Amino acid sequence: MESAKPGMSDTAAFTDDTVFELQRHFRFQWEPAQQGFVLLYPEGMVKLPGSSGEIMKRIDGKSSVRTIVEDLNNTFPGADLRGDVIGFLEHVHGKGWIRPKQTG
Amino acid sequence: MEKAGSVPNKPGNPLWLLAEITYKCPLHCVFCYNPVDYTSYGQELTTEDWLRVLRQGREIGATQLGFSGGEPLVRDDLEILVAEARKLGYYSNLITSGVGLNEKRISAFKEGGLDHIQLSFQDSTKELNDFLSSTRTFDLKQKVAKLIKKHEYPMVLNCVLHRHNIDHVQQILEMAEAMEAEYVELANTQYYGWAYVNRDQLLPTREQLKRAEEVTNKFRERVGNKMRIYFVVPDYYENRPKACMNGWGSVFLTITADGLALPCHEARQLPGLNFPNVRDHDLRSIWYDSPGFNAYRGDAWMKEPCRTCPEKVKDFGGCRCQAYMLTGDATNADPVCDLSPHHRLVTDAVDKAQNPAPAVQVKPILFRDDRNSRALSKTPA
Repeated sequence: MESAKPGMSDTAAFTDDTVFELQRHFRFQWEPAQQGFVLLYPEGMVKLPGSSGEIMKRIDGKSSVRTIVEDLNNTFPGADLRGDVIGFLEHVHGKGWIRPKQTG
Repeated sequence: MEKAGSVPNKPGNPLWLLAEITYKCPLHCVFCYNPVDYTSYGQELTTEDWLRVLRQGREIGATQLGFSGGEPLVRDDLEILVAEARKLGYYSNLITSGVGLNEKRISAFKEGGLDHIQLSFQDSTKELNDFLSSTRTFDLKQKVAKLIKKHEYPMVLNCVLHRHNIDHVQQILEMAEAMEAEYVELANTQYYGWAYVNRDQLLPTREQLKRAEEVTNKFRERVGNKMRIYFVVPDYYENRPKACMNGWGSVFLTITADGLALPCHEARQLPGLNFPNVRDHDLRSIWYDSPGFNAYRGDAWMKEPCRTCPEKVKDFGGCRCQAYMLTGDATNADPVCDLSPHHRLVTDAVDKAQNPAPAVQVKPILFRDDRNSRALSKTPA
């Protein structure tokens, strides 16, 4: 299996085939008052402006990392967003906001 | 005139709505932050009032909602409020002692869409838990913790620390681990309300605090991410004030059981601000236009040393209520700051706390109950 990025810690390791879902008890939603996406969790919230919201929107427990990258590249043509997506996923996975899809 | 401060053109929207839906509580905790004169307040808001408040809160952008009190489970319309909160898109948190939570109610909360339950414990030992809350609840809390797990809520335990239980931090954390807690808040008492009345009995020694932090750090290393532990130091031991409420009227909005809208749950005691009631005003006008919410926004209200202090953008001068309680003037710097001319008020209390003899022998500890509240209501604040 290929590693998304060499030298990553084991806990953050994932591949292009990894399917992520939101961490249990996290909720992702559009906030009309703020005109932006947010991630809500026990007693806290993070705003996800711009591309971070677009990536998080695609973390649905069904799409693989590869699919998310392809979808974003199709939606926002002009540049390969793979690096941005991988960087963001590493960041939020490290924070514990998302996790690889749990089976069973 | 020197232009040292300004009121921001327009404050941001509130993020947190704290609904203190009742001051009734089956517990009588000595460290409760509720106002000591709660028995003198008027009628509680009706279900319709609360539904309106929830709607208005969402309209101005609040996302996090806390149901608190008192004990929020005392109100039998909590199920209705929970369901409405979910429909409106809040992330809702029930902050509870667990007394009154049973299979039927937690099922209804789950179905209604309650996101999160924070369960409070007074201590890891039955005797102290029951003494400090002046009731027999420890076994019940263990049962409630199981219910919370069963219904797949994140297990969030909150234990308020003070000199009578802070030496039990190891046991508290072990208990939390046994309950498979995901988050544990070891929150040292903040000295407001009943805790302020009982301050000299509750303030831990420096040594106790140091040990508790060491134990916590060691525990953290062992359990890693599986259990996130927050340790909140009593601000009396700091030399810079907390950024209270992340700034006055900045993100936090409290509605009291009788309908007052406050920038924090302690602000009611501040004189001259005449906070509006949600029976008479909508939340938008309260948040943006009421004199009470604008009183300490920005920094134009600040005095020295805050006014010219480079750190004012970080801590906003600390807590207005603490400044008022300790110095009699809410526009003074929070005396926790060692740059405050009143800092001695804090260090004197800390010095006094170093005496290892339990102060409880000197002066009886005051439980939060209706009788004590009525007695404390007689003297004007």
